[in-house]
Parts: sequence; structure tokens; C-alpha cells
Amino acid sequence: MDYTERLQNVSVLGAAGKMGSGILLLTAIEMADLSLKPENRNKHFVLYAMDVSSEALRGLMKYLKTQVLKIAEKKIVALREVYADRADLITNEQIINQYIEDVLFIVRPVTAMEATYDSHIIFEAIKEDPALKVKVFKQIDQNSKTSPWFCTNTSSIPINEIESKAELNGRVLGVHFYNPPAVQRLVEIIKTQNTQQELVDFAYSFSKNLRKIIVPSADVAGFIGNGHFMRDALHGIQEAEELAGKYSFAESVYMINRISQEFLIRPMGIFQLIDYVGIDVCSYIMSVMNPYMKNENLHSSLLDKMIEQGIKGGQNPDGSQKDGFLKYEKGKPVAIYDVNQTKYISGFQQKCDKELGALPSSIKPWKAVVGDKNKEEFLVSYFNELKSMDSLGATLAKKYAKRSREIGLQLVSDKVAHSKEDVNTVLLTGFFHAYGPINDYM
Amino acid sequence: MAAGYNTISMGTGRKEFHPKKPRPDLEDYIKEAGQAVLKVIGGAEKVDETVFGNFIASRFNNQGHIAGFAPYIDEGLRYKPSVRVEGACGTGALALITGIRSILAETAEVALVVGVEVQNSVKAIYGADILAAAGWAKERKTGHAYFFPGKFSDRSKAYAEKFGPEKPRAAMAKWYENAITNARLCPTAQEYHNTTEDLIACGIDKPNPKGFVDSLNFFDCSKVSDGASAIAILSEEGLKRCGISKKDAVEIIGFGQAEEDITRPPADPTKLSTTRVAIQKAFESAGVTKDQIGTVECHDCFTIAGIMAIEAMGLAEYGKGPDFVLEGNTTREGIIPFNTTGGLIGWGHPTGATGVHQAVTIWEQLTGKAGEAQINLKPEKPYGLSINMGGDDISVISVVYKKAE
Repeated sequence: MDYTERLQNVSVLGAAGKMGSGILLLTAIEMADLSLKPENRNKHFVLYAMDVSSEALRGLMKYLKTQVLKIAEKKIVALREVYADRADLITNEQIINQYIEDVLFIVRPVTAMEATYDSHIIFEAIKEDPALKVKVFKQIDQNSKTSPWFCTNTSSIPINEIESKAELNGRVLGVHFYNPPAVQRLVEIIKTQNTQQELVDFAYSFSKNLRKIIVPSADVAGFIGNGHFMRDALHGIQEAEELAGKYSFAESVYMINRISQEFLIRPMGIFQLIDYVGIDVCSYIMSVMNPYMKNENLHSSLLDKMIEQGIKGGQNPDGSQKDGFLKYEKGKPVAIYDVNQTKYISGFQQKCDKELGALPSSIKPWKAVVGDKNKEEFLVSYFNELKSMDSLGATLAKKYAKRSREIGLQLVSDKVAHSKEDVNTVLLTGFFHAYGPINDYM
Repeated sequence: MAAGYNTISMGTGRKEFHPKKPRPDLEDYIKEAGQAVLKVIGGAEKVDETVFGNFIASRFNNQGHIAGFAPYIDEGLRYKPSVRVEGACGTGALALITGIRSILAETAEVALVVGVEVQNSVKAIYGADILAAAGWAKERKTGHAYFFPGKFSDRSKAYAEKFGPEKPRAAMAKWYENAITNARLCPTAQEYHNTTEDLIACGIDKPNPKGFVDSLNFFDCSKVSDGASAIAILSEEGLKRCGISKKDAVEIIGFGQAEEDITRPPADPTKLSTTRVAIQKAFESAGVTKDQIGTVECHDCFTIAGIMAIEAMGLAEYGKGPDFVLEGNTTREGIIPFNTTGGLIGWGHPTGATGVHQAVTIWEQLTGKAGEAQINLKPEKPYGLSINMGGDDISVISVVYKKAE
């Protein structure tokens, strides 16, 4: 079965979720583009968008339409070629509308698992729950007429565990997209010792066609992405907890968040990133990873406490940020949750900024650095300046950067990542960092 | 001709522009520009008729019947004659010569001319569909997604194939630099806020055929603009009626108009043949030569069109337009300053208003009202020339001006 045949019948599980909707969108576009090739005009393409929530599927279809419109507008030059033989489609608007129709016609929103039984490929983006994933895969595989390939979007569960428990024997591969899949360029690919080479080849071709950057990771819980992120988050949490001896809890969270964002020139502070992913999701990922860790305890009782108090972060169905460690207004943090006082407080910013001290004078905002043609040169001089400073802010930032580097190096020495470059690529393209953690800036 | 006025050319580049925030609409621009002229000439009662230039509000703004906005400018224009003319991007100058003809025919002593277009109502990709109406509709299907950039990209490509790619590209970058440098001196210009340091680096940028067209980059193109320009056309009698001194007016010395068959592709894509004819007609009508022209407002919808216009005007030999630009002849200090407030690329291109904007700019320069953008005109070159082109060298109008006194 060739690439095109494989993609004639596909299912995405958890299609209305945050990750599933993005994977569905990208897959729908790839399938539609295939279907529009002259040699495929008579072939039938179908993409099942499977989700347990009918209501969420409604939202998904709305999301799809908006996103496909944007994509179509961007690739109008190519689309005019694609529809060159359609005499009835003359204006850009007619062509864009036809393309939206052609993409959406491929997608079938479904709530019943039976729909997936004909599919050759199953993309899975359901809850990060090993038992649930195994159960679903087993059910599909036992009922399927096609012996399908399974591409799981798990960000933490070892693929070989899913493979053996669901008895998939070489037909499952980790294809880990980053949030949001339509935007983030990175895909981590994780195979087991048994994974069929054809499946790996397919995943590489597919990801390349989606214009993704592929990084292979070893099949170790958390892979490269969460392998770094979870340890980085735990470092931030520990640092805040330490500071909390001297400052209030909220002040400590504020300071570490600012260190990890502004001082280290990252797109978000570590607590904002935890909120973005979801406090409960982070905690859950740690609990999935932890049993596989030998000399390490990937666990935070602070996260447990937050969840107990009902503070979970994550996103609303419309994509807006829910309150977590930070409280958000129009997407911007305005207050910090104090786990001791069980409420959001603000008004300490000036005091904390004074305690931290000034940013290095050569500072530039993250966005400017990412787009800077002479980025490398800037980073060298910026970190040189940071290195020479001994304010509280600079000290914490140096420690943070050092730890982030250590985590990266450990991923290489543990053979989770093939190389330093792979670790850096993951942070650059999956987390939008301006620089990789394994560097010689300091 | 006197009492010219330009609104801001609104669109990307202006600090106050935000695509999702409410902006002035068609009638607001008409009113602003129209009222500004009326104020200077002494009110609506002085006006005999109004001429509107608007290309295609029927599609950008769902608004036809533009003539009906004359009394909206001022109640005093109620029941007075009003007409709207259209000639694609050449609409503005078509409105000018419609007013001029009325004065010459003595059916009016004072004509108010208002050119207007509001195009940011749709995204550029859909705007391209609308603007494609300036070409032959039957060509739309085979045309580029960005129809007109596609047309002029073809011209640019043909020119580069004939004369080598480096020099034309360098000249196009230089043209862009001139346009932005001049626009920075004019507060109503769309590029007035442009602070890019290395303009040549932008202009020299390699075209990206995958996202745009083969042989033009974004900087080669005039932007999507909203705006209006207005001016009064007056007979000697009209000047007296309005109490306007001749020193504040320019005289129309002559004009030329030429039309090509819209269904025919250009006979030679490396030349603007219709433009050449229109300019020659204007020169003959005015009894002047190119050497007497002190400043030109030309239709640089794309940088390559500016360069070809130089050749069409006879300032440079065929194929030598790029040298003429690269030698600095068209800069504000050059021997013949072009587009002194930025032209279509720098000032902006609200299509139906452009021809009127060109007249307003020349009126400002010849009467010393150009503010920071003022150039020094030499006594032996007292004439101004405007060249306004509709479509791909289809409807072209060229006008020769001189200070009235």
C-alpha cells in the first residue's frame, strides 16, 4: 500500500481536543491536496474526526473552516494552478471557497468508534492515560478489517509499553506534535524495537509534507520534549519554593516566572508555560513518567496542592487561557495565585522587580531576538553581560540556565536524544525558544 | 486649477491603521476632501458642477451611484450637476479632464473634482479579484492570483530578459528608495511613518514566486490604500468668482489622452506604448518639450512602470531607463524630480483618487505649497507633468501644468 492509498482512509481519535484538532486540520489538508492531484481525482478520501463529545465536534468543524480559510488564502498562488482546469472557478474567492469545501468534504465528524474500523491509519490524541490508550487501540485493532497503523501523540508514555499491552507488534509509532500542531514546527518521532520500517518511512514523508521539522527520540518516557520541560518546570517550582522562605509564595512565583521569561529571553515564564499546558496535565505527565525514572523523583506536591484547590490552568474551548498560577486578563498575567492564602494577589510587582535588580542593559525582547539576523552575536554579548552581574535576578537566571543546560546534556548522556543538536532543535521548534539550552554562552 | 487637498492615504504603514479597527468610510473621505476645497474657494455656491473619480466602490464598498454624494459634501451642491467617471487606475485624471472639458466648453466656470477609493474593506487577496476588473475579465482565469502584480511582473521579466536582470533590479530598488524618501516629507503619505534604514536592501529583495509573483517583490508594488484627493478647476471667470489669486493657481497648458484595446495583450511588454502616445499628445497640446518639464508625477503602480514611463517620456533611450534612475536624475535633487511626495509607491494609491492626487502635488510644487516636500524649480523648466495610467497601459491621461502667474 503506497502513501496515497494509506491516506485514503484515516481516523483521528480525540479530534476535537487541543492537539487532535490541529492534527486533524493538518491531515485534512494533506489528504485534500492529494485528492486534488489529477491522478487521484477518482479516488475516495475520507477522514474520520472521532471524538466522544458531539458538542466539541461542532466546535471542531467551525475551527476547521476558519483555519482552512486562512491556509487557502496563504496558498492561493498554488491553488489557482490546482484548479486551473475548472472553468467555473475564476476569482481567488471562488477558488478559496472551493478548496474549503473540498477539505471539509473529506472530514466526517463521528462519535462512534465503529467508524474507524476501515481506516488504514489511526492518529491518536486522546487523554494521556496509558490504560485508556491501550484499551482503545485494542478495540480498534480487534475489530479492524485492515490491520491499521497507529500513530500516537503521547508526550510521555513509552511506545513499547503501548505496543506490547495493545498487542500491536510493530504497528505503532510515536508521532508527537507540539501545541498548537498547526503552528509549532516540531514533530518528535519515536519508534520501538519492533516498529515496521514502512510505518517509520510513512511518518517521515507525512511530517515532511506537513513542513514539519522531525527529531527522532529514543523510546524513554517523556522523550526529549517533556524530558526537558518537566525537569525544567520542577527546577522552577523548587526555586520558587526556596524563595518562599524569604518572600510570600505569590512573590516567589512572580520572581521565578520573570527570571525564566525576561532574564532568559523565553517566550513565556515557566509558570505561565505550566498554566498553558495545564497544571493537571503537567502533574499527570510527571506521574506517567515517574515510574520509569531510576534515580529521580519527578513529582511536585505543589502541583497536587494547586489541583486540590481547583486551580488547573489549561485553555477554554475558544483557546483563551484559564487561570492557573497566574490570573489572566485578555491573555496577559495580572495577578498570582497564592496557594497559602488560596486567592489571587497583585500589587507586589515593583517590590519584586527591585529585589531582582535590573535586566542586563543589552536586553531585547524574545520576539526581537528570534527574528534577529545576528542572533548568535547578540546572545553571546547578552549572556556575557548577565555573567558579570551579581544581582538576585542575575544569580537566579544563571542558575536557571545552568540547570536547563544540565537537563539537556543528561538527555544526551541517557541516550534519549541522539545529539545536543536534537535537544536544541526540540526547544527551538517545539517550545519556540530563542536558543537551545545546550550552549556555551556562560 | 487651485485649492487642492489630499486626505491621508490610509493603509498598512500608517501608524493609525489597524485592519480590525473601524476606519473612515467612502463618504467620510469624500466629505473631508470636498469640504476642504470648498472652504478655500468660498463655499458650495461657487461651484457649477462636481466630477467624481471612483474606480470600483460598487465592489469594495457595495456602493454605486457616487455622483449622489455631491450634496453630502455640502447642501449647497444639491440639484447642481454631478457626474462620476471611471477608467480603472486612470480614473482620477479622467475626472480632471472631464472637469477641464467642461470649463473649456463653458458649461461651467468652477468644477469641483473629487477622486476617492476605499480598498481596505477587503483583504488584499480578494482586493486583487476586484482590481482585476481593470483588465479584461476573460483574462482573469489564466491570470495570476495577484492579477496586476502578475501583469507587471511579466513586463519586468520581459525587460530583464531583454536588457539583463541586474541593472533594472538595482534601478527598481533605487526607485523604491526615492519613493520612500520623498514620502517621509509628506504627512499625508502612507509611507510617512516608514523608518526602515536600508531601503535599497528591501528593494533589492529577491522575488518569491511561490507566495507572490515571479519578478516583483512587495516593495516594487504600490500598497492597498484608502483616501481622497480634491481640487477645483476654474476658468479665469471662476478664479475671480472665488477670489483666488493667480499666484495660488496653476494653469492647465495642455493634456493628452490615449486608449488601447483592453482585450489585446501588450504588443511589446517592455514598453508602455499607450503612455508614450498620451504624453506626446500632452506635449503637442501644450506646445512644450520634455526639456521644459521641471517635475513629473508618474504612475508608478509598480517600480518597473516608473522606469518604463521614463522611457515613454523620452527622457532615456529604450533600455536606458534604469541608468537614468541609477544616476539619480529622478531624485528630488536630480535634473527632473519624479513623484516628489512618494508617488503611488510612497504616497499611496487609492485608485480613483490617484490622478487627482498627482494634480494636487504638482499644484503644490508649482505654487510653493509643498511644505517640507517642496522642491526648487528652475526658471527654464517651469512645467509640471502628470501621467495617470488605467489598467495595463490601457487608459492613459497626461496633463501639463504651469504656475498661473
